[in-house]
Amino acid sequence: MSDSNNAHNVSYLDYKGQYKGLSAWIFSTDHKRIGLLYLYTMLAFFSVGAILGLLMKTELIAPGATIMGPKAYNALFTLHGIIMIFIIVVPGLPAVFGNFFLPIMIGAKDVAFPRLNLLSWWLYVIGILIVLTSQFLGDGPPDTGWTFYAPYSFQTPANVLPAVFGAFVMGFSSILTGINFVVTIHRMRAPGMTWFKMPLFPWTLYGTAWIQILATPVIGITLLLIVAERLLGIGIFDPALGGDPILYQHLFWIYSHPAVYIMILPGMGVISEIIPVFSKKTIFGYKAIVLSTMAIAFVGYFVWGHHMFTSGMSGRALYTFSFLTFLVAIPSAIKVFNWVSTMHKGSLDMQTPFYWAVSFIFVFMIGGLTGLVLGSLATNVHVHDTHFVVAHFHYIVFGGTGYAFMAALHYWFPKMFGRMYDLGWANLGWGIFFIGFNALYLPMFFLGMQGMPRRYYDYLPDFHGGNIISSLGAWVMISGIIIIFANLIRSARHGKKTTQKNPWGGKTLEWQVETPPTLENFEEIPTIEKGPYHFGE
Amino acid sequence: MIEHRDDLASKMGMWLFIFTELLLFGMLFVVYAVYRSMHPEAFKLASEELDVVLGTFNTVILLISSMTVAMSITSIQKGNKKLAMTLLIITLVIAVVFLVNKYFEWGSKFEYGFNPGGEELLQLGHGTILFFGLYFVMTGIHAIHILIGVGLFIYVLLQLRKDKIHQTDYIWLENTGLYWHLVDLIWIFLFPLLYLIH
Amino acid sequence: MSQETTHIVSYKTQIFVLLALLVLTAISVAITRIEMGPFNTAAALLIASIKASIVLAWFMHLKFESRFFTVMVAAVFILFLLVILVTFFDYSYR
Repeated sequence: MSDSNNAHNVSYLDYKGQYKGLSAWIFSTDHKRIGLLYLYTMLAFFSVGAILGLLMKTELIAPGATIMGPKAYNALFTLHGIIMIFIIVVPGLPAVFGNFFLPIMIGAKDVAFPRLNLLSWWLYVIGILIVLTSQFLGDGPPDTGWTFYAPYSFQTPANVLPAVFGAFVMGFSSILTGINFVVTIHRMRAPGMTWFKMPLFPWTLYGTAWIQILATPVIGITLLLIVAERLLGIGIFDPALGGDPILYQHLFWIYSHPAVYIMILPGMGVISEIIPVFSKKTIFGYKAIVLSTMAIAFVGYFVWGHHMFTSGMSGRALYTFSFLTFLVAIPSAIKVFNWVSTMHKGSLDMQTPFYWAVSFIFVFMIGGLTGLVLGSLATNVHVHDTHFVVAHFHYIVFGGTGYAFMAALHYWFPKMFGRMYDLGWANLGWGIFFIGFNALYLPMFFLGMQGMPRRYYDYLPDFHGGNIISSLGAWVMISGIIIIFANLIRSARHGKKTTQKNPWGGKTLEWQVETPPTLENFEEIPTIEKGPYHFGE
Repeated sequence: MIEHRDDLASKMGMWLFIFTELLLFGMLFVVYAVYRSMHPEAFKLASEELDVVLGTFNTVILLISSMTVAMSITSIQKGNKKLAMTLLIITLVIAVVFLVNKYFEWGSKFEYGFNPGGEELLQLGHGTILFFGLYFVMTGIHAIHILIGVGLFIYVLLQLRKDKIHQTDYIWLENTGLYWHLVDLIWIFLFPLLYLIH
Repeated sequence: MSQETTHIVSYKTQIFVLLALLVLTAISVAITRIEMGPFNTAAALLIASIKASIVLAWFMHLKFESRFFTVMVAAVFILFLLVILVTFFDYSYR
C-alpha cells in the first residue's frame, strides 16, 4: 500500500518494485512489462526465423543443392515453421499488444489475473527452451514440418518429441492468456463501457481469446497422442495397427485452422484502431466489424477440412468444408469494406502506422482472394501442396499478422517507450519491406500454378526465373526489416523523449493516460459516456 | 498495489479452464466415436474384457466424493471448518482408493499382455488394439487429473488449517470443487463408453 | 467489486442428488443386460447426459449462478457436437 502513491506518478518503466535489475522484469506482474517481455522474446526469435527463411530462399536461388542438401532444408523449414507459428504469430499480437493495451483500453489497472499472466510468459519461455532442445539433442533436428503429420512424425528417427512437447507447453501458455483476457473483458471494463462502447482491438482480442480457450486443447491432446504413439505405440494414428492417419490431420487442423484466426483477428483489430485515427473519422460500421469478428471466430472453427482436400476424405466432407470455407470469407470481406469506407472522404494523415495499415489491406486482399482459390475444390486439387499455398499463407500470416504487428508497433511505440522513432527511416524501412515482400511472395503464386511443389530444396530448371526474383526479394525484404528494427531499437533507447499523451489524435483510452503509462495506468478509473471513435463530425 | 478480490472473476476463470478440459477429453471422444464406428463388433468384445464390477465400484465412489466435496463447500459457507476438513479428507481418501483400483485394473491388463504394444494385444485385430489404446489413453489422462486433484485437496486442506480459506473467502475450495466435479463428469461418460458397451 | 449473494445448497439436497446419480448408475448398468441393438448405446449416452446435467446443475452450482455460465456450458457442448457432426461428414460417407 505504501507504494500506491508512487504508482500513480512514476512511469511503469522507472517504477522501483520489490526486485531490481533483470528480476524487476521477469518477475513483474505488471501487464505492460509482461507485454514487453513477450515483445523482446518474439523479436529475438523472429530474427532467427527470418534468417532461416532467408537461408531457404538462398538455397532456392538456383536448382540443385546450392548451399545445403535435402536434410538440412527439411530441418530448416520445420524449425522456421515452428518458430514462426508457435513462437511468433500465434501469441503475437495478443501477448504483446493485448497485454500492454487491453487493460488500458478498457479502463482497468491490470488484467484479471496478473500472476497467471506472468506464468503464461514463463510457460511460453519454457516451451521455447524445450523446442530448442530438439535441435541439439538426440538424433538430429525434426524434419516433419511444423504440422507433425502422422505416421511420419512417430516413425522418423529425428528428435520430434521435444518439439511436440514444447508446442504443447506453449499451448498451455496460450490458453492461460485467453482465459485471462476473457475474464478481464467481462469483469474489468470501466464503468459506462458497455459491450458496444468497447474499442475494436479489445473486441477482436475477445474473439481471439475464445478461440484460444476452445481450440488450443485440441492441439494439446493431439500432440499428447503423438507423444504416446512414439513412446508406447498405442496405434491410434498408426495404419499398421488399424489407426487412421487422416484422423490426425482432422484433429491437427481442428486446432490449427482456428489458430489462423487467432493470428489474424487481433491484426484486424489493430487495423480497425489505426484507420479511423489517421482518417480522422469514426469507424464505418462499428457493429458490423464486431459481429463479423465473432462470426469469423465461430465459423472459423468448422472449416478445418480445407487443408485436407487431397488427403482422402469423403466427397460429402469435401464439399461441406468447401462451402463453410466460402462462408468465412464473407465476414472478412465485410471488414475490408468497412476500412475502405472509413477512409472514404476522411482527412488522411499519411504517417508510418497508416502506411502499414493500408498496405495490410492490400496484401490481406491478395492473401484472402487467393484463399478462395484454395477453398474451391477443383482449383485446390491443382495447386495443393505447391508454392501457391506457401505464397497464400505468407500473404495472410506475414502479410496480415506481420503487417498488423508492424503497424501496431509504430502506432503505439511512443506510448510504450515514451520516445519517438525517426519517421523518415521508418517510412523508408516500410517502403523497402513492402517492395521486397511482394517480390518475394508474388512469384510464388505463379510458380505454384506452374506446379512447383513446396518443401523441396531442389526444383526443375523451368522454375528458375521465378525463384530468382523471389530469392532476391527475400534479400530486399530482410534489408527493410533491418532498417525498421534498427530504427526502432535505437529510438527505444536514444530516441527523442516525449511525454505528449496523444501524438496521433486517437480517441481511445490509451491516449488519455500518461506517456509512458504509470504503473496503475489510471489515477482514477474513467467513466465512459461516448463510443470509442468519436471524432465529432 | 492495492489487492482487489473478485471471486466471480476467479470462478469464471475456472469455468473457462473447465471448457478447455472438456474439449481436450472431447477430442478423445471424437477419436473413440470414429474408431467405434469402424469396428463396432471388436469394441464390444474388447469391452467385455474390462471388469464391470470394479468400474461400477469406481463410479459409485467417485460420485460419493463429488457429493462430499460439494458438502464441504456448504460447511465452509456455514462456518463449520472442522466438518469441511473432514469431508475433504474423505474426498481425498476416495481419490486415492480410485487410483489404487485403477492400478490393479491396469496391472491385470499388463499381466495378460494387453498393454499398448503388448505381445498378446498385437496378435488381436485392429479394433481390439484401438480399443485398448484408447482405454489406456483415456483412463490414463483421467487418472492424471485425479492425481492433480489429490494435490489440490492437500493444498486446500493446508490452507483451511491455516485459516487462509474461511467462511468469507473460500474461492480456492470452490474452484477445487469445480475441478473435481469435472473429473467426475468425464468419468460419467467414460464409464458407459468403455465398460458398458453392449 | 461487490460480492454476489451466494446460494448455500443444503446437505439434504446434496444427498438427494447423490441418490439420484446412484440410481441412474444402477439403471445404466442394468440396461446393458437387455438387448436393444443400437438403442443400448443411445440409452447409455442419454443416462450419462442426464447424470452430467445433474452434476452441472447442483454440484457445480450452475442452477444458482448467473445465466451466463449456463449459456456458455451449453455453447461448449453444442460446439463439441457440431465438431463430431462435421467430422462424421467424412467418416460416414467414405
